[in-house]
Amino acid sequence: MRELEAAAITEAVARLCIEANYNLGEDVLAGLRQARETEESPVGQGVLDMLLRNAEIAAQGEYPLCQDTGLAVVFVELGQEVHVVGGDLNAAIEAGVRQGYAEGYLRKSAVARPFSARINTGDNTPAIIHVTIVPGDRVRLLVAPKGGGSENMSYLRVLPPAKGRQGVIDFVVESVDQSGGNPCPPVVVGVGVGGTVEQTMLLAKRALMRPLGQPHPDPEVAELERDILERVNRLGIGPLGLGGTSTALAVHAETFPCHIASLPVAVNLQCHSARHKETVL
Amino acid sequence: MGQEPITITTPLTEELVASLRAGDRVRITGTIYVARDAAHKRFIAALDRGEALPFDIRGQIIYYMGPSPARPGRPIGSAGPTTSYRMDAYAPRLLALGLKGMLGKGERSAEVREAIQRHGAVYFAAVGGAAALIAQSIREAEVIAYDDLGAEAVRRLRVEGLPAIVANDSHGGDAYQSERARYRKG
Repeated sequence: MRELEAAAITEAVARLCIEANYNLGEDVLAGLRQARETEESPVGQGVLDMLLRNAEIAAQGEYPLCQDTGLAVVFVELGQEVHVVGGDLNAAIEAGVRQGYAEGYLRKSAVARPFSARINTGDNTPAIIHVTIVPGDRVRLLVAPKGGGSENMSYLRVLPPAKGRQGVIDFVVESVDQSGGNPCPPVVVGVGVGGTVEQTMLLAKRALMRPLGQPHPDPEVAELERDILERVNRLGIGPLGLGGTSTALAVHAETFPCHIASLPVAVNLQCHSARHKETVL
Repeated sequence: MGQEPITITTPLTEELVASLRAGDRVRITGTIYVARDAAHKRFIAALDRGEALPFDIRGQIIYYMGPSPARPGRPIGSAGPTTSYRMDAYAPRLLALGLKGMLGKGERSAEVREAIQRHGAVYFAAVGGAAALIAQSIREAEVIAYDDLGAEAVRRLRVEGLPAIVANDSHGGDAYQSERARYRKG
């Protein structure tokens, strides 16, 4: 059994919160540059130029990419041969979020009592933590700050299986269409197909963590992604909804077997500030 | 695009507002006010109680924004727009009281678009997610009300050349609708 200090987890989470909010990944930057080359709308081109310039300013380390530095979504793959010592795993992650959001001058966007008082918790906790136990003696931590504007544009529907592939495509395209400029396009479209509904949404969220534009390894799913992307970029929404041909940078789908009676589909949109950083301890 | 952006200074006059057209690129200079969800809720509660708002909104622009914390020596942190539709429930009442401009991102409701036209106002779209870039145009920032709301407190900003686009003009023009239609295929 390998021992891992809880403090090391706290330290890593704090660092990842800061890195994710200041340094846009090379994959996303490449996607934005590609969109800039193909965008037909002059307004859209201007917007994309501003987003690329924004990323340069943020990378200097003084101003985060977006003022909405998100709720901290943390995916943990915990090796079953690891024994966390000196504290518990969840508390260590929460402490990391608290530290990262304070030291990084990141906005605290969490409110307690969601349907009533909505009081800011003051330190951006609680984090949204998803733990999977995996073989091995390592811990993989992935931190994805998720902004409210794009998270608000989330959709879940359980289709009758007869709707099939076309039903999935239509539902996703409809979802992006009705979101318009709200989720800060060009977006990454996270799609979950299958499972039970709570899992369907988690598949959509997990799909967003894949390096931008990397197709799904299953050719059938990769083809679905391509077909949805093609349809989405014909909607005309464009950068920030001000018109254009770059509505999505990519579509990422994940699937899971489901009940004989069901075809659940979830859509979780990610703004152009597609932030996630990971490390292995 | 093509043409140079129009420089506009606050407070907004009726003539200036009337001259703006959906799709115009602008640079905003002068004093603007910041308020988002929680502050708007309090504005309406104050008006319902017959109280005055924390500042005179006549002729002013309200920026829908909640900044990240300022580093020492800086007036503000990152400062991009938040999504405007969440303020749709409150905006018509403020427009009726003389608010002339709103700055945010995303489409407005039919009620707000109608109120913009009726009261001769304008809705500007800032570039969502260009928050570090927009912060460079903010020279001063001061919390003037509801300090307890933290990032959602009401602020007064002095801005210089803040970049935006006229999304809804006082003549019924709507850049979101018209531009989207232009690039929609099939």
